[in-house]
Amino acid sequence: MDVLFEEWRQIVDGFWETIQLLVLSGLIATVLGTLLAAMRVAPVRMMNAIGTSYVNVFRNTPLVVLFILVVFGLPELDIQYTYFEKAVIALSVYTAAFVCEAVRSGINTVATGQAEAARSIGMTFTQTLGRVVLPQAFRAVVPPLASVFIALTKNTSVAAGFGIADATATLSALLNNDPQAAVALFVGIGLGYVLIVAVISTGSHLLERRWAAAR
Amino acid sequence: MGGSPMSSVLFDVPGPRARSRHRAIGAVTALVLVAVLAWAIWRLYENNQFEYEKWEPFVTPAIVRDLFDGLLVTLKIAAVSIALAIPFGMIFAVGRLSDHWILKWPCFVVVEFFRAVPVLMMVFFLSIKYATEIGKFWVIAIPLILYNGSVLAEVFRAGILAVPKGQSEAGSSIGLRKYQLMTIILIPQAVTAMLPAIISQCVVALKDTALAFVIPYDEIVSVGNDIRNEFHNSFATAIVLAVVFIIIDYSLSRLAIWVERRVARRGRTAVKQPPTVPGVGVGDESIAG
Repeated sequence: MDVLFEEWRQIVDGFWETIQLLVLSGLIATVLGTLLAAMRVAPVRMMNAIGTSYVNVFRNTPLVVLFILVVFGLPELDIQYTYFEKAVIALSVYTAAFVCEAVRSGINTVATGQAEAARSIGMTFTQTLGRVVLPQAFRAVVPPLASVFIALTKNTSVAAGFGIADATATLSALLNNDPQAAVALFVGIGLGYVLIVAVISTGSHLLERRWAAAR
Repeated sequence: MGGSPMSSVLFDVPGPRARSRHRAIGAVTALVLVAVLAWAIWRLYENNQFEYEKWEPFVTPAIVRDLFDGLLVTLKIAAVSIALAIPFGMIFAVGRLSDHWILKWPCFVVVEFFRAVPVLMMVFFLSIKYATEIGKFWVIAIPLILYNGSVLAEVFRAGILAVPKGQSEAGSSIGLRKYQLMTIILIPQAVTAMLPAIISQCVVALKDTALAFVIPYDEIVSVGNDIRNEFHNSFATAIVLAVVFIIIDYSLSRLAIWVERRVARRGRTAVKQPPTVPGVGVGDESIAG
């Protein structure tokens, strides 16, 4: 138990790194994923094809392989970024595919009449999507999107294998120093992740309730 | 592509002007795509990525055999993990639905903890603390069993709860006991309905076997990592690994969709399929409930 208090500084630093990865990649993935979802439902075949291919490629590639590609592959192409930036790139590109699927499923839940009403008053595709369908879709999308962010929280740990000193890397370092305290460290740092996940799912429940009332 | 029933509702059937506009947008998109691809290919060419020696390992029989053996190990880890995660999930799902708090609470804590903790954390923990006792196979397999088992526990629980009430009432009315209700009526229907979700979970497990590269073990990503270090061809190696995984995972996803349709058609279960995000693959679909 004591080791958790003795090393609290290092553990907090680790979680700070985890949270930075989570927030930054989460934001980028949300923007990219929403764009991809719009492409997947657009009336232009070419865009559908790009959106679909993106999702099928990145959803089916292990995150570790994507990290290998970005962290070790990009420098071979003379594209240089810091380890943190590369971790954010890999996590965002991967998560965007899941955000896209979550948003698309949300678009599918919006009642047909809504889009028809928008069209009947002369709105274009962009207006229908941007003003009528997407704002409603985002409500329906809160629970699956929260699941995507929860998965992202856990996925940030993969960065620990690629030179980032996040919470999981901190666990690994502390375990090597003090194998006696292994169980306390594992449960303690594990509870840190449980806390982040609990915050995301509580936030999602609150938003869901609030927006459900507004409907 | 583009054919979900909803997407046609978002816009009118295009007239001649809209059609030509769509064609124009399509052409511009294609141009942008071509430009990006051309830039990427130029970049690859500039940095000698098309040189034969970068790709040579992947046509060298001995190395191809190593990769193939690695793939078999990957498949074995995933298969064993899912095979053991299913009973784990079943036990904890039933445990969480128990009326006795002494069963309910421990199951709740275990499921929630292992669903929230990164698999890689468990791998580090086992590989540093217990690698010699349990061997590398179990260092990667146990975390996958605990994680996927916990996710499946939630899938099964949602499935059992989704069996219409009339089913268990009918069971009770002919005098079935609680465990009989569970084993004869509820679980078979829940599992049938959740079969596609189980197959999707196989995709997750298969991708997560890649985490074994930190140990490292003998599965395909660790093999790839050795190739990468020896031949300094990280880019080529990552592409080859990605293609292998995409082919297998994509086939599994298609299988899941096929099974889903079949289950819906055969009517072996009274559970109405919940509108899941197709293959979200984060395994937390049930959180929505």
